[in-house]
Amino acid sequence: MTRISGGLIDRSRTLSFTFEGKRYEGHPGDTLASALMANGVRLVGRSFKYHRPRGIFAAGSEEPNALVTLRSGARAEPNTRATTIELYDGLEAVSQNRWPSLAFDALGVNDLASPFFAAGFYYKTFMWPKAFWEKLYEPLIRRAAGLGALGGEPDPDAYDKGFLHCDLLIIGGGATGLAAALTAGRAGASVILADEDMRLGGRLLMESHALNDAPAVDWVQGIEAELESLPNVRILRRTTIFGSFDHGIFGALERVGDHLLRPETVRQTLWRITAKRSILAAGATERHIPFASNDRPGILLGGALRAYVNRWGVTPQAKDSDRIAIFTDNDDGHRTAIDLVAKGIPVLAVIDAREDAQRLGEYQLYKGATVTGTQGRLGLSSIDITQNGLTRTLECAVLGVSGGWNPNLHLASHHRGRPVWSQAHSAFLPPEDLPQGMAVAGAAAGHGSTHAALRSGAQIAAQLSECKPAELPLAEDAPHRQTPLWHVPGKTRAWVDFQNDVTVKDIALAHRENMRPVEHLKRWTTLGMATDQGKTANVTALAVMAELTGKTIAQTGTTIFRPPYTPVALGALGGGDSGVHFRPTRLTPTHPFAVQRGAPFVEVGQWLRAQYFPLKGETHWRESVDREVLAVRSGVGLCDVTTLGKIDVQGTDAGDFLNRIYCNAMASLKVGKVRYGLMLREDGFAYDDGTCARLGEQHYVVTTTTANAGLVYRQMEFARQCLWPDLDVQLISTTDAWAQIAVAGPKSRELLSRVVEADLSNEAFPFMACAETRVCGLRARLFRISFSGELAYEIAVPTRYGNALMARLMEVGADLGVTPYGTEALGVLRIEKGHATGAELNGQASAQMLGMGRMVSTKKDSIGAVMSRREGLMADTRRLVGLMPQDPQARILAGGHLFAPEAERKTETDLGWVTSACWSPHLNSYIALGFLTDGEARLGETVIVANPLEGDEAPCKIVSPHFIDPEGGRLRD
Amino acid sequence: MLIPHPLLGLRDAQEFTYLGDASLLNRPDTGTDADPEAFFAYTHLRDNPAGVHRELWFHEQGDRSWLVVTRNTLTHEILGAELASDVKRGLA
Repeated sequence: MTRISGGLIDRSRTLSFTFEGKRYEGHPGDTLASALMANGVRLVGRSFKYHRPRGIFAAGSEEPNALVTLRSGARAEPNTRATTIELYDGLEAVSQNRWPSLAFDALGVNDLASPFFAAGFYYKTFMWPKAFWEKLYEPLIRRAAGLGALGGEPDPDAYDKGFLHCDLLIIGGGATGLAAALTAGRAGASVILADEDMRLGGRLLMESHALNDAPAVDWVQGIEAELESLPNVRILRRTTIFGSFDHGIFGALERVGDHLLRPETVRQTLWRITAKRSILAAGATERHIPFASNDRPGILLGGALRAYVNRWGVTPQAKDSDRIAIFTDNDDGHRTAIDLVAKGIPVLAVIDAREDAQRLGEYQLYKGATVTGTQGRLGLSSIDITQNGLTRTLECAVLGVSGGWNPNLHLASHHRGRPVWSQAHSAFLPPEDLPQGMAVAGAAAGHGSTHAALRSGAQIAAQLSECKPAELPLAEDAPHRQTPLWHVPGKTRAWVDFQNDVTVKDIALAHRENMRPVEHLKRWTTLGMATDQGKTANVTALAVMAELTGKTIAQTGTTIFRPPYTPVALGALGGGDSGVHFRPTRLTPTHPFAVQRGAPFVEVGQWLRAQYFPLKGETHWRESVDREVLAVRSGVGLCDVTTLGKIDVQGTDAGDFLNRIYCNAMASLKVGKVRYGLMLREDGFAYDDGTCARLGEQHYVVTTTTANAGLVYRQMEFARQCLWPDLDVQLISTTDAWAQIAVAGPKSRELLSRVVEADLSNEAFPFMACAETRVCGLRARLFRISFSGELAYEIAVPTRYGNALMARLMEVGADLGVTPYGTEALGVLRIEKGHATGAELNGQASAQMLGMGRMVSTKKDSIGAVMSRREGLMADTRRLVGLMPQDPQARILAGGHLFAPEAERKTETDLGWVTSACWSPHLNSYIALGFLTDGEARLGETVIVANPLEGDEAPCKIVSPHFIDPEGGRLRD
Repeated sequence: MLIPHPLLGLRDAQEFTYLGDASLLNRPDTGTDADPEAFFAYTHLRDNPAGVHRELWFHEQGDRSWLVVTRNTLTHEILGAELASDVKRGLA
């Protein structure tokens, strides 16, 4: 056990957890990483490519190595960082990318074959034969190199989304963020303070510095209490601001329930925060220094080592006698040694690359020295120190490496701002062109000392809130002293990016292969990819490239950053919008009636529509559909057609307006009449069709197809506002206001006359008549229109009466054999009649192809009219035709292609395609509609419907698309 | 993104549907003997500037106004928004 005194953990309570199936104990306040360390566990994972043993490297979200799969079963979450997982009782975690076990990983042989796995190897090695890539190489590589895998079961937990607004968003709750929040909060600004950690304080929790001669955590808790008391300040703990988006909008992920065995409410909440101003106070991340074999468990960042000692009261030693050394190129590295000594832990050596390094505590200092090698199979056992050309080997199990600090400027760069290199800071600083409303403070802006961070946070918040900076505690203000050492040269592999197994050699190879710009370097070597996005690697890598090219780091430049700052689960991005909540569901007014009748439903856009209404004893859907179709042809049927779009058009110029919307004339329509209308797109192709009813001098009602209801309305508003704003016309969508039921069949008049208070005789209410009327005492609209080809009406009543009207019609029509029918029968009826729907109006058909070329009026301008007369469209000889198979039982499927009987079946001889097909119970045959080249001229000929995918072919007779009643006598009776 | 609706103030871009270049306002005024070339250009040809762009947005989840929004396509800075009907009438 390597627990030491102190730290911010609650030792009065013990939490039990398992790693690799073995049981361990920790305390509240621990992360999985600190608890594993406390139990002497050093080996936690295997590397991505070479399967090298790896341990814990960092103490925060920048961790590249210690990736584990958290939880099990449906809740298993791969690639979580042990350093950010809060310990809870019952936590389960396992390592990844190893087989059969973590300690013995068979694919460790990859490490021996490493010369073959250098940067860009998969672009070069597996090129031949080409066909092998997809089937052999890629699956093999993906199995061998990788991270964790998803469980494959649906996530049982809930996620939520929310919106927040504030004057000032403070990103990061360390010294800088707390000073800023205090300043702006006291001034009354509405403030959101967010930090990814479980508690506020940032680096203050991990250092031994005093504030006002007291432990820093005392000050933090005092400020936290004051902020909690301010109603204008909202603190979001466990919340990562992962992206800065346009116009002061930020994405935030709050881990509401990740620290619990089971979330009490939601697991995570995705916040969309709109902030007038923001302060990026995200601190800094430490760099390491690449040297030979620098990836063994036991080697970690110096600042992380210090964090484990100070915050979690633990060291990465496996046993108390294990020795600890520090390798640094700056003064900050010495602090780790000082803190260790203060805790009574001897420090074997501080190896400082600087010739002029000063000893700052009770430890042996090696000046002008570097670490040039390490040994140890599953963990560090000794290091090689080279000083003045002499190398000695020291027994050592823990090595803290300090290579200076990189400001966490990621969010400042999310709008393409380029970070600026500062020689004085040996680091990139935030760009000058920051996202709108953002300022950067504290270590994120290069103000690394506690004093400078506090002051910078308070001052910037004071400027933004136009108030005085909060009074600040006395704090350390040590200067930045560093002589950057970007890597220790040598022949053995020195890792730069641990997560992607990128070494100094790989960067040298990229340099030799001319992949020198940082963007190329990144993609060629995979540097900086995956879960950590190279937080501990990127700057070091480009400094190495700068050295190889002989350029300065400023000249070399850096890659910029995109959201997210740390990984965000797709579950969180989806929020509650999954399963049935993926999109809204719209129910028709007669939905209860259909449910009661046991109808299956089909999704039509957002709508659920009844497909058919099975009767007792019917065992196949076709039985029900055939019965419904024949009932309409011989008696009367009822179908809910509410889903068709309805647009109310009113105004003195309504007729003129509709003349410009439809390709055929509408202004000439008489009051009390309905006309079929076809709309074109401006490019001349058919767009949508429906009916247009004129209810009054200045009042029309337009119907659209179900699918295009919203789009046609949008297009009509475009025409009204953007093209002809001077026309006096107003539009409103009334799709949801009226329930509409089709009453179709030879007995429809008789049925309707029992409920409608109007004269329905052919003389009083002929085909294509419309009227406002009353039904069962309700206001109603009646249209004599037909989609089925039979005598038919559509009747509309206010939506809430739709279900009752259906029930009443069923009741009063029982003796007429009234039959409800669904979308399947509706489809069969309209194919028998040759009416087009979305299958024909597919965006590639012209009015001419639909047999409606003469409908496009040349006497007026309308949308699409000019372009519809283009040569290319006029010359198109494809026409909508009907197809009847020679063998009535030969099943035809929509999508089949048409060929002349003698032609070879290939693209060049393709004559068209089948758009719609069904079994027609009326004709006792399969029938189909399709577009056929020279369709008009080929009537009566034979064409082959071919389905080459299944090897089906059916010779068909080419007929009129109107399979029933081509003269339309039934409609007019 | 936030769009400054001339009637409703700052509104979230998610309430809007995007159409494209505001040159769609300039439909060739034809009557019946239109120039097909002019329609071809109107229907198919667009400038695609890197920088200031006037474009049409529809407030579909709102008051159903069509707006002409002036936006810098490089920075997403929004320089103004007017009712499309005002622009078409020459009022804006």
